[in-house]
Amino acid sequence: MILFLIRKTLWAVATLAVASVLVFAALEIVPGDPAEVMLGINATDEAIAALREDLGLNKPVLERYFSWVFGMVQGDFGKSYTYSVPVNELVADRITISLPLALLSLAISTVIAIPVGLYTAARRGSLADTGIMALSQIGIAIPNFWFALLLVYFLAIWLQLVPAGGFPGWDAGVAIALKSLILPSLALALPQAAILSRITRSALLETLGEDYIRTARAKGLSRRATIWKHALRNAMIPVLTILGLQFAYLLAGTIIIENVFYLPGLGRLVFQAISLRDLIVVESVVMMLVATIIIINLIVDLAYLWVDPRLRHRG
Amino acid sequence: MGTLKKLFAAAVVTTAIAPVMLAGAALAAKTSLVMGMALEPPHLDPTAGAPAAIDEVVYANVFEGLTRIGSKGEVLPALAQSWDISADGKTYTFKLRQGVKYHDGSDFNAEDVKFSLDRARAEGSTNAQKALFAGIDSVSVSDPNTVVVQLKSPAGNFLFNMGWGDAVIVAAETAEGNKANPVGTGPFKFGSWVKGSSVNLVKNNDYWGTPVALEKATFQFISDPAASLSAMLAGDVDAFANFPAPETVPQLQADPRFEVVIGSTEGETILSTNNTKPPFNDVRVRRAIAHAIDRQAIIDGAMFGQGTPIGTHFAPHHPAYVNLVERYPMDLEAAKKLLAEAGHPNGFKATLKLPPPTYARRGGEIVAAQLRKIGIDLEIIPVEWGVWVPEVFKAKDYDLTIVSHTEPMDIGIYSREGYYFNYASDAFNSTIEKLNVTTGESDRYALMAEAQKIIAEDAVNGFMFQLAKTGVWNAKINGLWENSPVQANDLTGVSWSD
Repeated sequence: MILFLIRKTLWAVATLAVASVLVFAALEIVPGDPAEVMLGINATDEAIAALREDLGLNKPVLERYFSWVFGMVQGDFGKSYTYSVPVNELVADRITISLPLALLSLAISTVIAIPVGLYTAARRGSLADTGIMALSQIGIAIPNFWFALLLVYFLAIWLQLVPAGGFPGWDAGVAIALKSLILPSLALALPQAAILSRITRSALLETLGEDYIRTARAKGLSRRATIWKHALRNAMIPVLTILGLQFAYLLAGTIIIENVFYLPGLGRLVFQAISLRDLIVVESVVMMLVATIIIINLIVDLAYLWVDPRLRHRG
Repeated sequence: MGTLKKLFAAAVVTTAIAPVMLAGAALAAKTSLVMGMALEPPHLDPTAGAPAAIDEVVYANVFEGLTRIGSKGEVLPALAQSWDISADGKTYTFKLRQGVKYHDGSDFNAEDVKFSLDRARAEGSTNAQKALFAGIDSVSVSDPNTVVVQLKSPAGNFLFNMGWGDAVIVAAETAEGNKANPVGTGPFKFGSWVKGSSVNLVKNNDYWGTPVALEKATFQFISDPAASLSAMLAGDVDAFANFPAPETVPQLQADPRFEVVIGSTEGETILSTNNTKPPFNDVRVRRAIAHAIDRQAIIDGAMFGQGTPIGTHFAPHHPAYVNLVERYPMDLEAAKKLLAEAGHPNGFKATLKLPPPTYARRGGEIVAAQLRKIGIDLEIIPVEWGVWVPEVFKAKDYDLTIVSHTEPMDIGIYSREGYYFNYASDAFNSTIEKLNVTTGESDRYALMAEAQKIIAEDAVNGFMFQLAKTGVWNAKINGLWENSPVQANDLTGVSWSD
């Protein structure tokens, strides 16, 4: 177990180091000067030169790389060129939307998908199974932004139950803030739930075909008890894998949904930073996301150990 | 069970009544406004950045300059209540308004004017429009309410230039913090900024001038055009001064809740041409292109019919505008003949670099299709602004590109040395020089007309259309601008009618 953690940590550090080089190099190569973008087309060369100096862009590449990396090691992710505030602060603002949104979507999708997966696996081949699986196929096929637009049309414009988008901030009150997250989290959760329920169903069906299930049934355990006690836990490995991937996606890959609902999340921060050539923001946020995904994977790995004791002894 | 039922009933009644009560409260005193904007400003200091979004939040609302540009493009007094211009046109004496306070409570005086103008033109200045201040020789304070600005040479548009957002007056103590916490003299104070989402302004009760009707103004940033429509329809946003989804305008026009006002901007949208790069260095080639462009088709196809055809680089709503659209009527035969004379009977290949805005991307495809009819085969290269600026604008590495030049009264760029059109005309330059030293209105207009004709004659660029300003707002809102002579959302005259 200790060995496992040490190995994983070393891997994580190596991954982060490689990622930092790649991210920094990629943004060095991309054309476009932050100072030019900030000052626009009428700026004098003099003003641009002054701004480049202010931003520290005139220093040699290696010096900038190492000062960035050493800053990050100490928890200083630099200062945004365009917003002139520390990247930490920017990300902290955005996390207050992206994290609750991701957790809420994940919760909705899990609460829907696991029972649906269980139910359909237990009644394989029934009319309900076929119907639900057809629905989930549609759920996977529908792009989430289109589904989001449908939700907006019916719930926000037609019924006027919830706002069509925007985020008033947690200062406006938890209820009001949560209300503005209902539509986006539904739009994100339902396609994910469709995927997750199919995975749950097929993982369960696979374990239900195993010998030990037959043994459990043979010793007189009811069908229901077999599924709950023996099959479900063994079917959790692929489900956990997908959950980990989905959480990473929900945290960082929700830019389209953020656009549809004009939410100030992490995805839009990165997108804006790229178009404004706010390189330090792009670099630092990408590194934070890399670190988050490594941590999520680590948690998923630990969860494997929890559901499958056999893995604990493999070192 | 019974209590549970009662609770449930109570909950239903409350949820049903609450919106009604809220609506009632809103009707009684609507003094807040939510204005939608497509882009969020990167910061809120108009003296340290080019993005129009900065001015669209703070201009005239939070910050004021010596002069102010009104809704028709006229120069109005602001912090300067009056001015005298010396006979040689080089000395401007500004009489400043008294009793003006900044939002932090400190007093405004002549030293602030000197500080602001000197800061903008200083060596290490990062002002995005530093050229506006290049003509200033010195700024001196003669008493706390009088500032004298000495120019190097007469500049007919100096008062207009002082009305730009880049020329607003700031206090030395707060200037550095204006990016995150703008402190100005305007009728609104900065309230809060939910990054990525909205900026809130609140009424300044100590304002020196006419108090504003609104207690609170929110600028909500919505970058997705479809989301803008939803926000408008759901009532989350009260107004869009520049509505980003022109294709949905007919739907909004049909809805009695909304008013749709299509006005004009200062954005001359042109097919910018590299005038020194063969074959575009031949005026016959450029004229051939001018004959081959069907402006109305571009406006209809790319802008859903919103826009005014132009034949030169000048805003059609300006009194000095000369309609030169018919100088090169759509005529493919004439275009082919000109190309043949220039030695390209079968046309040629070239590139067309397109920045992200819709007018460029959609318009570019239509232009390429139109030029193909006369044998000019354009390769379309989409580029981001971050690439367009260094490649096209700075290095002039391009054949053709499409850009809307949104600065007001910017025909002078054609006389700028090394500007990306690579155009140089002695006749044009001397006209602009004369214009710069002329102050009489009718003389100025005559020179402006001459300048417009010269660039049209030389077919410097493919002049396409004036960008429209599509305003959509709640029909009960009064006082929003129809046109945008400057990039601003001036809310000083805005009120709700009930």
